[in-house]
Amino acid sequence: MIPDLGKYAEAVLSAYGVSFVLLAAIIWLSMRRARKVRAQLEEVENRLKSQRSQ
Amino acid sequence: MASIWEYANPKKFIDTSNKVIPMLWVLTIVCLATGLIWGFFFTPDDYRQGSTVKIFYLHVPSALMAINAWFMMLVASLIWIVRRHHVSALAARAAAPVGMVMTLIALFTGAIWGQPMWGTWWAWDPRLTSFLILFLFYLGYIALWEAIENDDTAADLTAVLCLVGSVFAVLSRYAVNFWNQGLHQGASLSLDAEENVADIFWYPALVAMAGFFLLFVVLVLVRTQTEIRARRMRALLARERMQ
Repeated sequence: MIPDLGKYAEAVLSAYGVSFVLLAAIIWLSMRRARKVRAQLEEVENRLKSQRSQ
Repeated sequence: MASIWEYANPKKFIDTSNKVIPMLWVLTIVCLATGLIWGFFFTPDDYRQGSTVKIFYLHVPSALMAINAWFMMLVASLIWIVRRHHVSALAARAAAPVGMVMTLIALFTGAIWGQPMWGTWWAWDPRLTSFLILFLFYLGYIALWEAIENDDTAADLTAVLCLVGSVFAVLSRYAVNFWNQGLHQGASLSLDAEENVADIFWYPALVAMAGFFLLFVVLVLVRTQTEIRARRMRALLARERMQ
């Protein structure tokens, strides 16, 4: 499946490995923070809305 | 026709970006997968570089986006300085970590490629050094945003830092043209066809570049939405404390 990378296999695979890890990390961190902040904002808005209606 | 400044309204920005983000994710995945799979599995080895030429499909797109991300931040910072639109300042803030990751990928893949090709992981060559300084500017820019509590003051100071850092973004791009020394070869991207790499390597690289560009755009949109919501939350909490 993987093409014959010859004597440079280690270099090529480590370049792809490091890049995928870094890309996955920035995507995961961005999506996690997006979800967290959205939930927190909803909670604050609901709390303030209920305070105003009291 | 709608003016671009309408998107300076946070609600309008969130509504519009919500519509395009799913489509952008699909395009990003298609372009990234096509470019990288094509480059890795279906292109031959280079007669001089051997299989290390496959690193090209990661190194060139990430280096390109590392520099372009800083220019996007520069434009957004200038809009903040001139027109005081919060969304533009928050978009610059949102882009910085993505640009920093692109710079890191370019530095790592360059070092990994350089070891077998140049016989060293690192050299104090003009392009490599200016890229390292660009990375440090990204770190400083992110740290400055985190260090200042007042959003407007942070936006002002980071905008100035962005202007200063633009010098190194330009140097990173043109260092090989300015100084005829160092190990790094000339630009892979050039309008001069004779300087470009062979088409068999070039086409998958172009698709990978489109993938990296789209990934940058979609992440910046998602992260800008997050920054807008976080800013609104801080404002609501501050109002609540005052009551």
